[in-house]
Amino acid sequence: MKKTAFLAAALLAGTAIGASAETLRWARAGDSLTLDPHAQNEGPTHTLSHQMYEPLIIRDMTGAFQAALATDWAPKADNPDVWVFNLRQGVTFHDGADFTAEDVVFSINRAKSENSNMKELLNSIVEVRAVDDHTVEFVTDGPNPILPSNLTNLFMMDKGWAEANDSVDVQQVEAGEKTFASSNTNGTGPYKLVSREPDVKTVLTLNEDYWGNDAFPLDVTEIVYTPIQNAATRVAALLSGEVDFIQDVPVQDLNRVAQTDGLVVKTAPQNRVIFFGMNMGADDIENDNVEGKNPLADVRVRRAMSMAINRDAIQQVVMRGQSAPAGMIAPPFVNGWTEEMDSASKTDVDAAKALMEEAGYGDGFSIQLDCPNDRYVNDEAICQAAVGMLAQIGVTVNLDAKPKAQHFPLITNGETDFYMLGWGVPTYDSEYIFNFLVHTRGSDRGSWNGTGYSNPELDEMIVSLSSETDLDKRNATIQAIWDVVQEEQLYIPIHHQVLNWGMAEKVGTEVSPEDDPKFKFFTMN
Amino acid sequence: MLAYIIRRVFQSALVLLVVGLVAFSMFSFVGDPVDNMLGQERTQADIERLRETLGLDQPFVVQYWRFLEQAAQGNFGLSYRQGRPVAEILVERLPATLELAFVSGLMALFGGIALGIFTAIRRRGVSANIIMTASLIGVSLPTFLIGILLIYLFSVELGWLPSFGRGEVTRIGNWTTGFLTTSGLKALILPAITLGLYQMTLIMRLVRTEMLEVLRMDYIRFARARGIREKSVNFRHALKNTLVPVITITGLQLGSIIAFAIITETVFQWPGVGLLFINAIQFVDIPVMAAYLMMISVMFVGINLIVDMLYFAIDPRLRADRTAGGH
Amino acid sequence: MADTTPITAPSPAPPSRLRRAWESDLAWSFRHAPVAMASFFVVTLLILGAVLAPLIAPHDPFDPATLNLMNGFTPPGQANAFTGELFLLGTDDQGRDVFSTILYGMRISLFVGFSAVLLAMVLGVTLGLLAGYVGGWTETIIMRIADVQLTFPAILVAMLIFGIAKGITPPEYRNEMAIWVLILAIGLSDWVQFARVVRGATLVEKNKEYIQAARLIGRTPFSIMLRHILPNVLNPVLVIATISLALAIIAEATLSFLGVGAPPTKPSLGTLIRIGQEFMFSGEWWILLFPAATLLALALSINLLGDWLRDALNPRLR
Repeated sequence: MKKTAFLAAALLAGTAIGASAETLRWARAGDSLTLDPHAQNEGPTHTLSHQMYEPLIIRDMTGAFQAALATDWAPKADNPDVWVFNLRQGVTFHDGADFTAEDVVFSINRAKSENSNMKELLNSIVEVRAVDDHTVEFVTDGPNPILPSNLTNLFMMDKGWAEANDSVDVQQVEAGEKTFASSNTNGTGPYKLVSREPDVKTVLTLNEDYWGNDAFPLDVTEIVYTPIQNAATRVAALLSGEVDFIQDVPVQDLNRVAQTDGLVVKTAPQNRVIFFGMNMGADDIENDNVEGKNPLADVRVRRAMSMAINRDAIQQVVMRGQSAPAGMIAPPFVNGWTEEMDSASKTDVDAAKALMEEAGYGDGFSIQLDCPNDRYVNDEAICQAAVGMLAQIGVTVNLDAKPKAQHFPLITNGETDFYMLGWGVPTYDSEYIFNFLVHTRGSDRGSWNGTGYSNPELDEMIVSLSSETDLDKRNATIQAIWDVVQEEQLYIPIHHQVLNWGMAEKVGTEVSPEDDPKFKFFTMN
Repeated sequence: MLAYIIRRVFQSALVLLVVGLVAFSMFSFVGDPVDNMLGQERTQADIERLRETLGLDQPFVVQYWRFLEQAAQGNFGLSYRQGRPVAEILVERLPATLELAFVSGLMALFGGIALGIFTAIRRRGVSANIIMTASLIGVSLPTFLIGILLIYLFSVELGWLPSFGRGEVTRIGNWTTGFLTTSGLKALILPAITLGLYQMTLIMRLVRTEMLEVLRMDYIRFARARGIREKSVNFRHALKNTLVPVITITGLQLGSIIAFAIITETVFQWPGVGLLFINAIQFVDIPVMAAYLMMISVMFVGINLIVDMLYFAIDPRLRADRTAGGH
Repeated sequence: MADTTPITAPSPAPPSRLRRAWESDLAWSFRHAPVAMASFFVVTLLILGAVLAPLIAPHDPFDPATLNLMNGFTPPGQANAFTGELFLLGTDDQGRDVFSTILYGMRISLFVGFSAVLLAMVLGVTLGLLAGYVGGWTETIIMRIADVQLTFPAILVAMLIFGIAKGITPPEYRNEMAIWVLILAIGLSDWVQFARVVRGATLVEKNKEYIQAARLIGRTPFSIMLRHILPNVLNPVLVIATISLALAIIAEATLSFLGVGAPPTKPSLGTLIRIGQEFMFSGEWWILLFPAATLLALALSINLLGDWLRDALNPRLR
């Protein structure tokens, strides 16, 4: 008894000397929604989960694939419908249990279950089977060349732990259900949960038994995470040294933060594009002053509106240079993006007026623009700027800006005729954009397509993408779809967002395009 | 007396019922929770399933009745946002708000009384007039701006006080307190000033007015004439008679301090029920909103009831013809 | 914020003589109160500026077609780097002239303030008189409604009305709607104090001999309330109204902070402050400072006037 105590004390002393304890105080606007790793498919939730849980494959801070719990993966040579994953050996969960193929099978099935919010990403998976303790096979319905990119936020849980704690089923967040797994964690990740009070404070500490102890810097030994909603308060906390790292620095405060002693701002393009959508599908729209017809149904009107938007002015003044004007609704990270299409937007007020005249709207019309005011960088200010620009060609815009909780339902329920939306592409592939924004609205696809656009031919091409194994052929189809989208001016692209992280000088990190810091990569000096 | 109390309690219950109805009807207008609860990649089928689970497909009256039934048993359901019982979250967040309200209430009360007496006694003095005017500056700016200006001055420029949160808190049973640590006490200062400033001005002006009234009364004049020292006249005789209305108003204000903590808590990221409420609105977390409104209502109606009964007990004139609660 | 303002009970002197007396006294008192005179001057100046905004303002900030985004963030008195245009008080993030925007914004703030107070006053005085004079169930119902009203902070009332109005207004009127919703919300959250004071005063007055006499000679309750009781409660009502005006203007600003105020394309002073506070750390101080200073000057002057009025109307304090 005494001996153990002595040993424990010695061990504790040893760790205290070995690692210099570095606490990272981290703040961002919102909190994680739940600790259950499969219950919500949402950025801040995944970001927190990534510190404690791990997927088979992760994206590193530059967005590139990196082996995590799988060491390598490839489709089977003789059967392209099967992906083989070799698992990392000697990995343990925080509670000491070994990580094996059985846990992968359990986790994938859990993430595919009805309550899971991740199941859409795993639609193509028919079966997951353990070949041996450290090999897993994923069987898909037809070849799925982009399966790995769907797995980077898919976290592995311990089967035994979930069963013992009544957490086999995914927490049903929507029903307000509370499970053991929604407030406790047991992952393989570099950090362990110490305490958590949702929306107030979450504390994590270093996992001493992490498999990657020698592979990553792991300079941060403790993480204190505080969501701070009010932008001014958040910046004040960084400026006064109360936090070391904030993820969302308002663009107007970048200079102030950068000029403050001991603070730096790091910037990188984000995998997110901002654009306007227009209801072109309806015969007559509700929120305009034109009776009996829909001005937005005319492609000339849509083009004229796009030409009226001065993207450079928005970039310079509203975004203070922190954006990249866009000509298509795909960020440059995405397969299918081309520089030519992305620079297609031209501002020409006179030509726009001529187009309006040609379409029979020389006197203009009035319409309501629905805009979020708490979702994207300076969203409301961008919309406001657009109101002024569209007024130049006679389009009178009534701006209705509201919180995202009230804005997004308008789009998904088809209750808006002119709206702002931003789209991130976690799979880095155009198919994801087409599925949600271009395909005819239906039960499986097109849920975020608020334009009412429906083109059966195009839909067929979009559906074909998911099972096309010939990458060249697939890319050609993607290009063909984009050509139609551009030609039809389906959306009015504005810009690609830029991420700005503000941090104390001692914090060393790259800015990840997904806005998800993984603290094991951070250095502190 | 008993009949009166029963009648008042009955009326209060009715008030709560109405508040519940108004609160509940408001929710159908603030947004649709379903869209926020499901991720970017959800299907129409997911939405239908969820609406059914939440009972949102039921008619309004049915939803309200279910809410009342549960609320009567102290069950406000589970938060859509946090997936925990609302009652549990409220209990967890309440200490932060109550401590903030307590400190700003105390500040308002003592600061208000002291300044009120001072400005009443030195009615025509220069410093009293400066205080009176300065106090008006505090109520002539919106609370959120005062909060942000305080943060700018004391956190960013001077670096003296923290800009957000409660600092380090100590847990005692179910209660968390910031009173026992230096960082907790420091964190209280700016939010308490922001929240208490308005009430302090109010109390100060009330005390001044009452004091001036009382000082003109005959018995005070007699006291002076009898040669009782000025200090004694001011404090032992005048102040005593001033305090009754002051305490009444303070009681009534306590409820509104808690309600108006919404803005202060938003600016300072103070983890109390006000911030919880604002978060709930943004997320359309209906059970939390409903519970919060009911809680505030119970508090207000309760305070109102107590004040009314105290009046009844203290002032015999009111038994025949009761006058208003406020003054 | 709805709050009870400390008001002393009206003086019990007979009405007609008192009236003549306070009119001349008021004038005398005003002439001998430099603070009151200065406040009056400031308020008048600001109201004139707001009313005459279309004539004074160099730009029309409410006409989006005249805005040039490239003018954004021009410092006061300096030429813009791109367009070379000059603005007295600079421009905001949308390239709007701050001076013009303040004048136009003040129109909205004052309109909302005055209308809301008028609404609260009419509602509060009517209900207060009814409750005090009629008594019985009428009184109980009115005063219980007042309790409910007090229970709901103005912010919540505003959000409720805002949500409902949004649901029922046709889209093309939604921008104008915001203003009426603000008036309704602030007015509805403010009537209680009028009602309480008027009811209290009415209770005192109605048992006096002259009212009994009026009743005996067959005057209708309506005419008694209007001709005999109302004049006696006007003093406190006037004082509450003044202070409520300042409160209403600030309440409008607070609601804008919470996102239920005037739309950013037609901003009020409060909306301007909300926008301006985003640029507090970034060095564009003029976007916040000028609207905030205007609001402070306006609210402070009104408050000081209200203060003076209260003391001046209370004969016992002289």
